[in-house]
Amino acid sequence: MNRSLERHRNILDFALSSLLRRRARNISLFVLYTLIVFALASVVFFTQALKREAALLLKDAPDIVVQKMVAGRHDLIPTDYGLQIAAIRGVKEVQPRLWGYYYDPFNSANYTLVVPALQPPAPQFIHIGNGVARVRRLGSGDLMALMTYKQETLLLEVQEILSADAELVSSDLILIGENDFRTLFDFPRDVATDLTVTVTNPQELTTVARKIVARFPDTRPILKSEILRTYDAIFDWRGGMMVVLLTAAVLSFVIFAWDKATGLSAEERKEIGILKSIGWETSDVLLLKSWEGIVISLSAFLIGILLAYAHVFFFSAPLFEHALKGWGVLYPSFRLVPAFDFYQISLLFFLTVLPYTAATIIPSWRAATIDPDAAMRS
Amino acid sequence: MRKSDLFFVVTAINLTLLAGVIGHALVQAGRADSSLHAGRELAKTLQLTDLALFTEARYTRHPSQADRHAPFQDHPMALDHFPSGSFLRPPLPSGGL
Repeated sequence: MNRSLERHRNILDFALSSLLRRRARNISLFVLYTLIVFALASVVFFTQALKREAALLLKDAPDIVVQKMVAGRHDLIPTDYGLQIAAIRGVKEVQPRLWGYYYDPFNSANYTLVVPALQPPAPQFIHIGNGVARVRRLGSGDLMALMTYKQETLLLEVQEILSADAELVSSDLILIGENDFRTLFDFPRDVATDLTVTVTNPQELTTVARKIVARFPDTRPILKSEILRTYDAIFDWRGGMMVVLLTAAVLSFVIFAWDKATGLSAEERKEIGILKSIGWETSDVLLLKSWEGIVISLSAFLIGILLAYAHVFFFSAPLFEHALKGWGVLYPSFRLVPAFDFYQISLLFFLTVLPYTAATIIPSWRAATIDPDAAMRS
Repeated sequence: MRKSDLFFVVTAINLTLLAGVIGHALVQAGRADSSLHAGRELAKTLQLTDLALFTEARYTRHPSQADRHAPFQDHPMALDHFPSGSFLRPPLPSGGL
């Protein structure tokens, strides 16, 4: 046992010396490898954490949101639709929602204005999200001027800034009273943006949604499950931008492993020839090359994973911020709750460490099985 | 110190840090409910349906509420204007509603 361990240690010593002899090449290889693992692991951590956070935050989203459609586009819904929907068997409650968007030419930001159904702000007062407070540099008691659709200035006083802990859902929100909302957008009295429907029995959601469509063919009901599925789809690593990021990283890894697998340098070939001629077995040479592969790939994998974890969960993924922000001015400041998905990380391990180690061994095995004299002369 | 010992020490440090990270993730995940409490309460009270992540366009701010053809709303085959639109996948089947 000790002899076998000592043999591994001796070969590992030799492997490390051999790697250090080609220092520049191996350091660049290690840095590239670490960066690829870092990029892949960051995407995995970020998407998993956001998916879980979206599911938890939106757990109590409305059972059904009913939108009115006109020529395939979302339109304002008459509030009397709500009265008729409330009469459908299985419907517990229907509430009209008043919300919309306001483009602020002052800083090119888009705000989401919402009229809370419960405890709305008093007339002339608003509650604002942290993002709005940040970009407009507003605090409690400050005045915010909004331009109405009649080109009149509506002065509103900031009564409260929403909790920073809730920024992921409230960064761009402005909570406003109903009268101020209708004045701002010249919003007719008898319509709402959409309706939310609460259903007594969650098993009957689809049935109730079908009844709503049958009664009002010009409406589109959106179920809670669809809302939750939306975020699963956005942050699914097999879709959208994620697949582009992953494909780029995986392709660069394939090129890099391919370069390694297609052959050894003349110097490495000569080294194998010398080792064989002084009495090393083919198995010793293979063990040496395995250790070389393991040293680089295992270290790069572990450091890449640790850096990715720190990037996403301690520094809030600043490298992804620009991609997510796009042309938007407001971006929530949030710290994700860490999620460590063993399945995804194991998959990453098998997709990076194993192919690289195999790619190191195969050409060495080919070189180790030929005559030492030929290997030294090649 | 032998080079192999140095490698084992570095690997052991990395593995310990990895174990620490896993432990950190597990502890924090247990606290997820309480740390997300404020956001969940606000989402429930205001009946919110989406995260405030992509504020550049209305269909990226509220992807779950957007028209199904929203990225192509200007005219058929129009390219998406907004970078975050590239995160969105085609809508999933809604069960025939």
